[in-house]
Amino acid sequence: MQTSDILVGLAGVLFSAGPIMFAVIGETITERAGIINLSMNGTILLAAMGGFAAAVSTGSLLMGFVAGALIGAFIALIVAFSSITLHQSQVAVGYVLAFLCLNLSYFLGHNYIGVAGPRLNAVAIPLLSQIPVLGILFFNQDVMTYLSFVIIFVAWFWIYRTRPGLMLRGIGERPAAAYVRGANVNRLRYIYTVIGGAIAGLAGPIFSLSVKAGWAGPLTGLDGFGWIALSITIFGGWNPFRAAFGVYLFSFLQWLGLILQPAFPGIPTQVLQVAPFPLMILTLLLVNIGNAEWMERTLAAMPEKSRRVAIRLLRAMRASPPGSLGVPFENE
Amino acid sequence: MKKNFWLTIGFQIAAVILALLFTTLVLLMAGAPPIQAYVSIIKGTFSSLEDIGNVLSAWAPLLLTTAGVLITFAAGLWNIGIEGQVVIGAIFTTGALRLLQDSSMPPGMILVLGFLAGMLGGALWGSLAGVLKTFGGVNEIFGGLGLNFVATAITIYLIFGPWKRPGIASLSGTLVFPNQLWLPTVPVAGFSPWALGLGLLVILIVYLLLRGTLFGLRLKAVGKNIRAAYSLGVPTWQYMMFAFLLCGAFAGLAGAVQVTGVYHRLTPGISSGYGFLGLLVAMLINYQAIWAAPIALFYAALNIGGIQLPILLKLDSSLSGVLQGVLVLFVLLVEGARQRLFEKR
Repeated sequence: MQTSDILVGLAGVLFSAGPIMFAVIGETITERAGIINLSMNGTILLAAMGGFAAAVSTGSLLMGFVAGALIGAFIALIVAFSSITLHQSQVAVGYVLAFLCLNLSYFLGHNYIGVAGPRLNAVAIPLLSQIPVLGILFFNQDVMTYLSFVIIFVAWFWIYRTRPGLMLRGIGERPAAAYVRGANVNRLRYIYTVIGGAIAGLAGPIFSLSVKAGWAGPLTGLDGFGWIALSITIFGGWNPFRAAFGVYLFSFLQWLGLILQPAFPGIPTQVLQVAPFPLMILTLLLVNIGNAEWMERTLAAMPEKSRRVAIRLLRAMRASPPGSLGVPFENE
Repeated sequence: MKKNFWLTIGFQIAAVILALLFTTLVLLMAGAPPIQAYVSIIKGTFSSLEDIGNVLSAWAPLLLTTAGVLITFAAGLWNIGIEGQVVIGAIFTTGALRLLQDSSMPPGMILVLGFLAGMLGGALWGSLAGVLKTFGGVNEIFGGLGLNFVATAITIYLIFGPWKRPGIASLSGTLVFPNQLWLPTVPVAGFSPWALGLGLLVILIVYLLLRGTLFGLRLKAVGKNIRAAYSLGVPTWQYMMFAFLLCGAFAGLAGAVQVTGVYHRLTPGISSGYGFLGLLVAMLINYQAIWAAPIALFYAALNIGGIQLPILLKLDSSLSGVLQGVLVLFVLLVEGARQRLFEKR
């Protein structure tokens, strides 16, 4: 394999990570506010189908993306309403929505199977795309891929560097304290859930109008990405930078599975493509194991020196969820 | 008390009506005639002995997975990994049958061993999710989801690799087992009374376990308030682990039923989504085992009734899934509305 092939392959890794990035950043924002939107798998599929249908019938790519975001926002609104207003289990409602929206997408999309639709084209950025190496990697992509780079920084800046972002962290971490400080916790949770859902909804049309252009029902092959996005959100420790690292790692491993295929002719492609999952479980384990009680006991029993090393290692990997993730808030 | 009972019933009926209204709207959006679609689903479930047999064939594994998740739900666990537990159960059953099919053992004995192997496989996969949860602090939802993907990958690897059909390996699965290793079925209807009996027996066991035993009581205590249960002397992690094992074992049985009673081989889609559907059924019955059998039958019927839709009306069969999902969604929403309106503190 030549260097230029590898560069093109890596550019493809950034490209195909785009939709997952939107899903993960959207979910990260939602969970930061203390709400779990477990519907992600259905959201992506229904938004992919709806976005494709909207783009085909209006002939406008923009309408496709708008439709995807609206679908994501609406599904998130159901999650917010049922958990915040009706006090139902977020996990239960999210799971049902994941199941329902997946089937809805297959049912409503039946007539769109095999229909030729518009496709997002790459737009090279003048000058920047001429830079060796970086040009091919970062500046010869399509608009949504550029946006997928931008959104990482925007989300990080919003969460960690602005006043509303401080409030966002507050309502997910200690809603009672945020409430005392004047935050309308439940209204903010509504807003962030819907915004997060809209961002995640964009993942759908990015798939159906770009990364896996077209609609082929179950054969579109989008089932599963939502669950992956949810896992990466945890891996990312609710921090956009770390989440982005997780997304690119996942995308890179899938590509690696594909190009290593010829080296292992006995192993079917489908097997290598799921190779990231055991790794994902392992990383989830590493991220979480520091929170386990027996780990603390083991650490306490260790000799001073090795304990210090172990603690530092675990701290570096550890990710603790927002303090009130999944816990409803009642203002007394 | 009595007034409350009727109120609840009224709200549940409202939920069903809303679900039907929503589905009708979806049908209209797809440009389909709603009445004809419903009629075709109903007809597809019992217009012939074969249809009824198919429904009963789908009922058995669904009963098993529902029974399994009722145990994990009782312990407060979201065992979404049940889908993979069904798959690994099916793999173990297939493995056992492959190993023993050329031996001189009587076929009945081989089948029994195959079912035991399935139980073992499911329990093993369940315990993995359990270990991740109790010792690794990995949420069972995400551990389970990952394990589901891994289970599917193992299936595909086996079908294309070590267990591939002589000649050409394909996604249609492994070589079909000889007739004597098929679960005996009722003629014409084509369902296995053994599988169905097993499903009903297991759901009965779970009902009794959760209702009348100290184990069930403690399990529910762990699910309701793990700290309180711990301080009252319930060994909490052991109970959670056991719930995973038991659920996995039942899921493995469902996998064994799929291999020996339905497909007679290992296929990539061996679980047929019964694990996910079992979770949905358990939610719809509000985790009350007593309703499991009838509602699982209803959901199995929806699954089978939808099969005719593509042929008769050129609609996608996922309409059944839409109905199954939207029913649970509206039951949850309406229940929330009822609590908010009538149970104000």
